[in-house]
Amino acid sequence: MNKIVSKVVFSDRVVSFEIEAPLIAKSRKAGHFVIVRVGKKGERVPYTIASSDLKKGTITLVIQRVGKSSQKICDLEVGDSITDMVGPLGQATHLEKFGTVLCAGGGVGVAPMLPIIEAMKKAGNRVVSVLAARTKELIILEEQVRTFSDEVIVMTDDGSYGQKGLITTGIEQVIQREPVDQCVTIGPAIMMKFAAQMTKKYNVPTIASLNTIMVDGTGMCGACRVTVGGKTRFVCVDGPEFDAHQVDFDEMMMRLKAYN
Amino acid sequence: MKEMEYLQIERNQPWRESLRKNMKNKERLQLARTKMPERDPDVRSRNYQEVNLGLTHEQALAESHRCLDCVNPTCISGCPVGINIPKFIKNIERGEILEAAKTLKETSVLPAVCGRVCPQERQCESQCFYTQKLKKEPLAIGYLERFAADYERESGEVSLPEVAPSNGLKVAVVGSGPAGLAFAADMVKAGYRVTVFEALHELGGVLRYGIPEFRLPNDIVEVEIESLRKMGVEFVTNCIVGKTISQEDLREEKFKGLFIGSGAGLPNFMNIPGENLIGVMSCNEYLTRVNLMQAIDPESDTPVYKGKKVAVIGGGNTAMDAVRTARRLGAETAMIVYRRSEQEMPARLEEIKHAKEEGVVFLTLHNPLRYEGDERGRVQRMLLQRMELGQPDGSGRCRPVPVEGDTAWIEVDEVIVSVGVSPNPLIPQSFSGLEVTPRGTVVVNAETMQTGEESIFAGGDIVRGGATVILAMGDGRKAAKTMDDFLKIKA
Repeated sequence: MNKIVSKVVFSDRVVSFEIEAPLIAKSRKAGHFVIVRVGKKGERVPYTIASSDLKKGTITLVIQRVGKSSQKICDLEVGDSITDMVGPLGQATHLEKFGTVLCAGGGVGVAPMLPIIEAMKKAGNRVVSVLAARTKELIILEEQVRTFSDEVIVMTDDGSYGQKGLITTGIEQVIQREPVDQCVTIGPAIMMKFAAQMTKKYNVPTIASLNTIMVDGTGMCGACRVTVGGKTRFVCVDGPEFDAHQVDFDEMMMRLKAYN
Repeated sequence: MKEMEYLQIERNQPWRESLRKNMKNKERLQLARTKMPERDPDVRSRNYQEVNLGLTHEQALAESHRCLDCVNPTCISGCPVGINIPKFIKNIERGEILEAAKTLKETSVLPAVCGRVCPQERQCESQCFYTQKLKKEPLAIGYLERFAADYERESGEVSLPEVAPSNGLKVAVVGSGPAGLAFAADMVKAGYRVTVFEALHELGGVLRYGIPEFRLPNDIVEVEIESLRKMGVEFVTNCIVGKTISQEDLREEKFKGLFIGSGAGLPNFMNIPGENLIGVMSCNEYLTRVNLMQAIDPESDTPVYKGKKVAVIGGGNTAMDAVRTARRLGAETAMIVYRRSEQEMPARLEEIKHAKEEGVVFLTLHNPLRYEGDERGRVQRMLLQRMELGQPDGSGRCRPVPVEGDTAWIEVDEVIVSVGVSPNPLIPQSFSGLEVTPRGTVVVNAETMQTGEESIFAGGDIVRGGATVILAMGDGRKAAKTMDDFLKIKA
């Protein structure tokens, strides 16, 4: 059982939870995820860790209401507990001093991007972050992103905040004006697909963090399999980060609809 | 004391001698092997209740009379954990069923489980005097094991093995499957403080997520785990050693030894076109959804595919579990697709028989080449290659070879790939000092189960790469013995 110590409602669909998990807080690195289960009949669902607080022994997860299970979690309040949580899982983000790193996060994908932005900055990179969402109220964690970014570009589909346009427009702007050595993208699969196409056009190496259906999250079931460079890989143990230019996003999007 | 001496002393007990005198061997040999009562196939293929009902008291008593109480009980050599088989069976014969259960527990931590899932026909029963010398049906050792264990559980008088006074030493176990549980039991009995770390939210490993309810009810696994708890074993769920806590954390917590029994968690796929279509999945995913996540319970949030035309690829016990589960989930056609003939199938005869009775179709000497789906990516049909048997290969079984040009499309809406598992890479990846083979198994000294890192031992599928419950338990016991010796010398 992991107790919820704080809850921040970002929008009616996006909620941030700070959850007691001292062991995970201690061992997690940027890029890791956890598996969460709420209730004795609950499903096991993966979430990438947004941040952790070693002193308080907590981790933060940002969760978007999309289906039954995320709904259940979002309805929890401070003092309630997550029935089961295990992690940290997956491979940590590969960090090095690349030079300039472009971090492109869409919607709730900005949350798992946050620790990568921080880690990339601390690794000595110049970090340019592009945050994108449909509308102003869905832009999350902007302030925290600014703390570790040399520059932040905000894009909204409807132009209600920052520049009007898609994330790809923001990405292209940066690549056209300065050399970018590495790009990281996290967000909805369709967004990552187009972000990857854009960076491929300019030959900028790009990592995408994938969020697929999982059951155990430890390599046991293979529900999370994706095709990367023509080979089947397991997101849970081989990922969640892969070379975005090699990922078959169409197959991934198809598989995400398996139980719809 | 040597094992043979111990067996002889036990055999010479007056009660054993008098039982032998009570009935002549000639009469014993006249008795026919008892049949396991089973639930009706038409009924059971629509529910999850256990298929084998267990022997009645009368049946068990009659069967126990068949045992000749041999001077040289060869059956024991066929048991990976060395159960004193004649002693427990003769206890049944004299009506001391609780004593029979105690005898089982001298060496086996999970008798009610092993009585159900062990391939006795390849172990103890294959070494029985009846099989070896008389070419007759062996004593039903497995049925009797289950009978004694069930009798004890249902009597409410579950005996706990004696636990030695604490020696203050802490040992850790990775994984709560059969290997880990067997290891934990022997170590706690020897006076160690044992903590078992389990990655999943439930205990039991493959007994829980893999073997279905109709073959091994979860309640039975729980009772056996509860016994260990009462003996002092501590269990921690949702904890992955090497991820949640590190090797150093364990050292700081003063754990002196570590046993890895993390299992063969990684499912194999065939890497053929269309294998990532929706509706094609590993047997692990399918069985985990149904067994661990209880997807069949309408209240459960975890969904599972309920195909009408289901193909299970493979011929092992897991394939049988999957195909029989598919029948129970409402498949009109549930078929086994296997590339060799039925004779080469690795599944137990009993599982094959049960599957057939439940209406499972066997498509042997066929191998899938590709799958195709509809516009939404759902699997619709598969292309099968007809095979024939060629020369025996390295495994001694005839190698399946394709019959050139003989292929056929078959309609399916769900495919479950059950072509073996590989060791879970999670643990070997996160430990320093472990030697790992190209197959992903952890290298140990086969005599001691000790790895290259002297305080770390390993056993079960992480070492064997996909074997049985009882072999894993045997490994756990062996590792417990040698770790005990090792830690005593060090202390």
